[in-house]
Parts: sequence; structure tokens; C-alpha cells
Amino acid sequence: MIAEAGLAALWLGAALCALQLIVATLGVRGEVQLAATVRPVAIGQAALTVFAFGMLIWLFVRVDLSVLLVAENDHSEKPLLYRFAATWGNHEGSMLMWVTILGLAGAAIALFERRLAERTLTATLGGQAAIALGFYAFLLFASNPFARISPAPAEGQGLNPLLQDPGLAFHPPTLYLGYVGLSVAFSFAIGALVTRDVGPAFARAMRPWVLAAWIFLTLGITAGSYWAYYELGWGGWWFWDPVENASLMPWLAATALLHSVTVLATRDGLRAWTVMLAVVAFSMSMIGTFLVRSGILTSVHAFAVDPRRGTFLLALLFLYIGGALALFGARIGTVREGARFNLVSREGALVANNLLLSAVLGIVLVGTLYPLIVEAVTGTKLSVGPPYFNAAAGPLALILVALIGVGPLLRWRRDALMPLLRRVAPAAVLAAVVLVGVKFAAPRMHILPLLGLALAIGAALASVAPLWRRNLLRTPLFVWGMVVAHFGIAVSLAGIACDSSFTVEKLVAARVGETVQVGPYQVHFAGLAPTFGANWQALEATLEARRGAGDALVLKPQARAYWSPPTETSESAIHTALDGQLYTVLGKAAGEGRWQLRLWWKPFVTLIWAGGGLIALGGALALLGRVRRGRRRPQEDWS
Amino acid sequence: MRPLILGAALLLTSAVLADSGLPPAPLSDTQLADPRQEAAAQTLMETIRCLVCQGQSIADSNAELAGDMRALIRQRIAAGEKPAAVRAWLVRRYGAWVSYEPPLDRVTWLLWAAPALFLVAGLFLARRSFRPRQRR
Amino acid sequence: MSNLIRWAPLAVFIALASALTYGLAKPARTNITSKMVGAAVPSFKLAPATSGLPGLSSADLAKGQPHLVNFFASWCGPCIAEAPQLKVLAEAGVPIVGIAVRDRPQTVAAFLARHGNPFRAIGADNASQLQMAMGSSGVPESFVIDGTGTIRLQTIGPINPQDVAGIIAAVRDAR
Repeated sequence: MIAEAGLAALWLGAALCALQLIVATLGVRGEVQLAATVRPVAIGQAALTVFAFGMLIWLFVRVDLSVLLVAENDHSEKPLLYRFAATWGNHEGSMLMWVTILGLAGAAIALFERRLAERTLTATLGGQAAIALGFYAFLLFASNPFARISPAPAEGQGLNPLLQDPGLAFHPPTLYLGYVGLSVAFSFAIGALVTRDVGPAFARAMRPWVLAAWIFLTLGITAGSYWAYYELGWGGWWFWDPVENASLMPWLAATALLHSVTVLATRDGLRAWTVMLAVVAFSMSMIGTFLVRSGILTSVHAFAVDPRRGTFLLALLFLYIGGALALFGARIGTVREGARFNLVSREGALVANNLLLSAVLGIVLVGTLYPLIVEAVTGTKLSVGPPYFNAAAGPLALILVALIGVGPLLRWRRDALMPLLRRVAPAAVLAAVVLVGVKFAAPRMHILPLLGLALAIGAALASVAPLWRRNLLRTPLFVWGMVVAHFGIAVSLAGIACDSSFTVEKLVAARVGETVQVGPYQVHFAGLAPTFGANWQALEATLEARRGAGDALVLKPQARAYWSPPTETSESAIHTALDGQLYTVLGKAAGEGRWQLRLWWKPFVTLIWAGGGLIALGGALALLGRVRRGRRRPQEDWS
Repeated sequence: MRPLILGAALLLTSAVLADSGLPPAPLSDTQLADPRQEAAAQTLMETIRCLVCQGQSIADSNAELAGDMRALIRQRIAAGEKPAAVRAWLVRRYGAWVSYEPPLDRVTWLLWAAPALFLVAGLFLARRSFRPRQRR
Repeated sequence: MSNLIRWAPLAVFIALASALTYGLAKPARTNITSKMVGAAVPSFKLAPATSGLPGLSSADLAKGQPHLVNFFASWCGPCIAEAPQLKVLAEAGVPIVGIAVRDRPQTVAAFLARHGNPFRAIGADNASQLQMAMGSSGVPESFVIDGTGTIRLQTIGPINPQDVAGIIAAVRDAR
């Protein structure tokens, strides 16, 4: 009955969603009485999706094998956490999560949004319902998570072992909150285009929602990167894989949107551009989801791939993105052009930020899809990978980081070059000193990481400069947010530069008893023994790592074999020190009693994710500051 | 013990469904003695696609063929061959698909020109947001 | 805002979505075809893979007679599936030579004893060296080589019964 209750809730939710769309449409056309019901309908719809999602979680936790999805992805021997997380470790479950978050986002607007003009709000909730309706249809007609199987199998097929990790409990929900949270910005843009209400008030209303989605997106990408780093066991944290790019593109668009929405809110500029970015950001979420689900690009992260579902998703892309862009084309001409501003000003820097972020977004998009385009036109297969993305996007990213040092030190409206140079000088000098120093210490370092490290350290100093000579207690929270987020970017970049330049890799075929030097560590191969877990058995190496005269650390990398489904994985063992990580992997038997060991010393690699955390924290501070200020002074809002 | 199949466990698309009993080729998991040569080989391996688990580079793949390709690359680099020549050798056999570094030719010039094109288009759009320089 | 610019995003999206539509419509092609078809067999000399049969060198393939070069391995399941077809081809007079990929003499001998021996010679490719030189990426794969040692055709995956006639024709054409 649980499955049927979930399915019934989904159908009811879809019906309410259709009602929400109708009521909103009539409301925008002038039926004010009807428009008042759109908020409760949105809340009711969200409650139903949450109920349906809860039912699915329950089915997974109870391992109800009469439900096809559970039988295919669950297993009674799995620990509770993975039975729970397996709910979304598959296509149907993750799409239900998508619809649930869409519903929740709509309900959140209905409950909390008080600043937006009522008519625009009605149109926005209509937009949210229009999006959700398509995904309801996708769920109910093409990926029903509650389908039964008869007879029920005696045991489930289990979950892909690579997904049997605490990362699964955290990464997809966070990423989805970000992906789908951007639907709010999309709906806002639709609402504003429908009512032709694009201005500072609209921007101020939209900003917290974009911030919230962006925080989750940042956390989701950071978590995903770390998860892949330790789970896949090759020491890499980013490979410019299509699926990784799919998560990066909405983030780039949302980051640009965050900055352009500030210009619109503060100076009434970049009107059309901000609306465009709001559409693009969620469009990138949908395109990303399509790329992941349809499997049209070869990816290492591909799971739950099904071309038939790809067709449905593609139709949704055409409908929503095409529709929004057509609305943009038809309506944007009637939106008054925004204010113009001086080149040397805060607005000027924010425009430069948008220009560069959009160019990087364009590069990632083109690079990701170029193989497809080439194959369509010429029939030959092509790969576009790290060498292209690093060379094409790297320099622009570095200019962006330099801009972090300059932009916040510029005044709004108009500034002059000479005083700006004085303000930027300390950071520039620091960066130059680091550049020369590192070049001297590591003469063979490549140019991009070298510049990256110097810029990171300069930008780290410059990013805290806006706090200089300010009363720190009276500094608004959103200024703190900006400072922390920018500092986080610098921290991440420093980690990236150090990892790419100073990582030491050691591959050895070692016998038990041998000792290997990697970076500052002496790693002693102390033993090898079988071990087992709830649904796997493994061979576990015992490695004793010593640094100088200190005590030995014990690391136990495993080569695991799962039996449901039968898969072999390697579990890396990582020791985190203050100045880096020792990363160890147990590989194959190399004959004559030797075992392949892969050892890395990765100096300051943790800064990459620490920076990601700081960026999200900065977003959270800014969000808190905006929400509090919004409550107090809804009218004036000078950043 | 069979080799570990990492991230590509789900993407076994080639005809190779089992692994041979032979040990890996000598240089597949052994670094070259000369650190410069090893670094050159490593950089190259990170940009060659594994033919078995097609979402990974051969540096990251545990497939046997990836190991043999690493051994081939290390041998050739150790023999003094330039990384570009080794890449060309592989591309000659498997096509441009095997290399994550797209060539620059009449098919890919647009890809390589994309950053400049985006910047120019962006500057053109941004120009409209700025006031003409004011006389004081 | 000029008309051209405000409709540009929609135009870009439609172009992009067309590429995605193509990507979805095209058959999933995961085989990697060798770019060596049409070129000369790379120079090689492989030791015998098992006792009782000679090894193989590139010179053996350029003596005026076409060959079917079959990459196989005793540890490869699909190679068992194609064994009957190789037998048919050998009986039809197609000269078949084998390349045993990453294999041991005893296991090759056991494989031949169990599934039949259509081969006139088998070279041992212990580190996939020839496989890579030929642009091959797995087992089983076969190449039709003409009498001058030029690669004419590549087949990927096991040879199925319906492929046999085509291969016989290709070998005949390669004379």
C-alpha cells in the first residue's frame, strides 16, 4: 500500500500543479480573487511531493522488494544509511527528488516571498508550476518510481558499490537543491517578463533565492569533487568530464547572476542581461541533467543512463528553455533599458566579472558539446579534455581571480585609476614577490600554476582589504559574505596550483616488509590481510607512514570485492596533515609476492575543498545579511 | 586476483570482458628512472583516453590495455621520442578520439577560437552598458 | 535592443538543441575503428604463441596471399563464440593466422584443443604491442590483409555466422 499511496500522492500533486498553473495564469490576467489561492495550492503541491518522496524512502529503508525500483537498487544486507541513500542513487528516485525540490522551492516562494510585486509573484508561481508539470509527466509516464514487480524477487540486486559511500547521502541532495533551486530564478525571470517588471525591486527579491541555490550548488560540487577524489582512487579531483562540466555550468551561470543581480539591485543596470542569466542558469541545470541521464556523452560518472528517457528530457528542454528564450525575445524589447555607467567603477568591475564568467561558461559548454557537433557534421569522433579546458578557460579564470582583488575596492558610480592603484598596490606587490620567489624556488613550474599561486596569495590579501579600517562589528554581514567567498576562491586556487605542481607520485611493486619514500613520508608496507564488511570482502594492506622521527601513522587501503552486484573497487586510505595529504591505494598483484602500491604526497590539496567550503560559507553569510536587511529596510538597499 | 575495476565498472563497453592471467607489462606501473622523462610520460598519459573504459585517461584506468598503453608510452619516451610524436603515433592508429587534446585543424579551429570569440562578443554586448567617456 | 540580438539566444539554443537531438538519435557507437585500414601492416615479428605452430611476422603477410588475422585470447569469452565461424572460414580456404593477446602457451594450447584450431600460425602479443600498432582495442578482432600486406578490413567483436560470407568475399577481393 505504501507504493500506491506514494503514487497517488504524485498524481494528486500533478493535479494540484496543473491547478496552480491555471490559477496563476488567470490571476495574472486580472482574476485577483483566484490569484490569492495560488500560494496555498503551491504549498499543498509541495506537501504531496514530500509525502511521495517520504514513501519511497520508506520503501527503500524497509527493502520492499515487490517494488521494481527497490528490487533493482536495494539489498537487505546493506547498512541503513545506504538503504536510505539508495532512494536517490538511481534514475527514478533522483527524478522524484528533483520534483520534490521543485515543489519545495515553489512552496518556499509562496511562504516567504514578500517583496515581489503580487502580480509578478503570481506569474512566478505559475512559471514554477509550468516547469514542475513537465517533470511530473516525466515521472508518471516515463520513470514511475513506484512500479510493482510480480513476483517479488527474494533479494534485491544491490547498489553500485561505488555509490555505497556516505558521499551518496550528501552529494546528490545538495547538488539537486542547487540545480533545482535555480528554477526559482528561472521562474522569477519568467514572471518578470510576463509582467514586464524588471527593476531593482525585482532584483532584490530574486537575490536571496539565487544565493540559496548557489550555496547548495557550491557545496554539492565541492562534496562531489572530494567524493570522486577519494572514491575513484586515482588522486584526481577534477577531470573536465562531461558530468563534472554539467555541474559546473549552472554554477558559473549562477555566479555571474549573483554579481549582475547586484548591479540591477543597486544601480538599475544590466536589466536584460540579468533576466537572461536567470534563464540560462536553470537551463544549464536542465541541460546538465539531460547530459547525465541520456548518456549521449562518454563519461566516467555515467549511471542510470537511458536514451529513451533522454528523448523525454530533450522535449522538456525544448519546451522550457526554448519557451523562455522565445518569451525573452518577444518581451525584452519592451523592458526599458537600464542605467549606464562608467568604465572605472564597481559596476564596471562587475560587468567584467560577468563577461569573463560567461566566456568561461561558453568555453565549458562548447568544449563539452563540440565532440557531438563534430560527429554530427563530419562523422569523426573527437575528444575534448583537460588540455583544452585548462588552456582555454585557465587564463580567463586567472583574470577573474585578479579581478577579485580589484573589484571590491572600486567605488560605485565612478572611481579614478590612481587611487585604485594605491589601494591595490599591497596585494599586487605581494603577488609579484610570491611570483618571483616561487619561480626561483621551483624554476620548472608551469606558467598557469605559477601565476595561479601568485595570484591566489595576492587575491587572498586583497579580498580582505574591504574590511580594512572598518568597524568589523558594524560591517554588514553581506560584506563579510563577499570577503569570505572571495577569500575562499583564493584558497581553492592556491590548493589547485599546489596540487598540480608539487604532487609527488610513487608507483611501486612492493613486498611486505619494504619501505618506500614518498614526499616527506617513509611508507613501510607492514602487512596484507583479508578482511570483510556487511556485503563485501577485501584484501587490506597495512602501511605505516613515518615523517621524520615521529610516530607511525597506520593507513589501510583496501582492494574490495562486493558480491551484490559483483564489483571490485579500491578503497584508498588517506592521511590528512596540515600541509597536505598522503594518499595510498592498493593495486593488483604484481607477481613474485609483490603488490602494486600507488602513493601520492599532495601538498595543500585540501585547500581546494576548504576553499569550496569558505565560498559556500560566504554565500551563507551574505544570504543571512540580505534576509535580515530585507526585513528591516525593504526599500533602501545599498551594497 | 583480477585487477580492480575503478570508476569505469559501469562502462565496460569493449569486447574485453575478462582479464588475462599475464602480469602487467613491465613499465605499465613502474616509473621511469629519469624524473623529467617520467613527468613527460605522465603528462601524456593523462591526456590519452582509455579504450576499454572510455571515460578515463589511461593514467587513471586499471584496464589491462591501459596498462599496456602506459608501458608503450614510457618505452617510447625513455627511448627519446617526443611526447607529441607518441601522441601522433596513437592518433594515427585510433583517430583523434584517443587524445584528450584536440588537434588544431579545419574541424577544430572554431573550438580553439571560441575563447576569443566569446570575449569579443561579450565586449560588444558590454559596450552598450557603458556611458561614453564624459568630458570634465 | 536590436531585433537580432534579442532573438540570438533562442537561435543559439536551437542550434545547441539540434546537436543534442543528433546525439540522442545517433546509434551508440562505442567501437573504436582502426585508422590503419588502407595502410600497410606495421612491421612486427612475434614469437610462436604455443608449441606446434609457427610465430608470425609482417613479412609473412606480404607474400602475395591474403590473410585473415585474428586477435584472440584464451581468457576471452566471445572468442569461444566465434570459434565455429573461424572453422567454417578455414574450411572455405581462408588462410587464418592468429595473434594471441596476453596469453600463455599452455592456455593457448588448451583453448585450441577445446575449441578447434583454424590457425596456420599464431604470434604471441604479450604486451598488446601489435594490437596497439594495428589500432585494435580488444579481443576478438580480425583484420583482412591483402597479398601486399595492406590492411583491407577490420571486424570488431566476435565473427557471427552472418558475417562469414562477407569475410570470404573480402578475402577473395584482397587477392
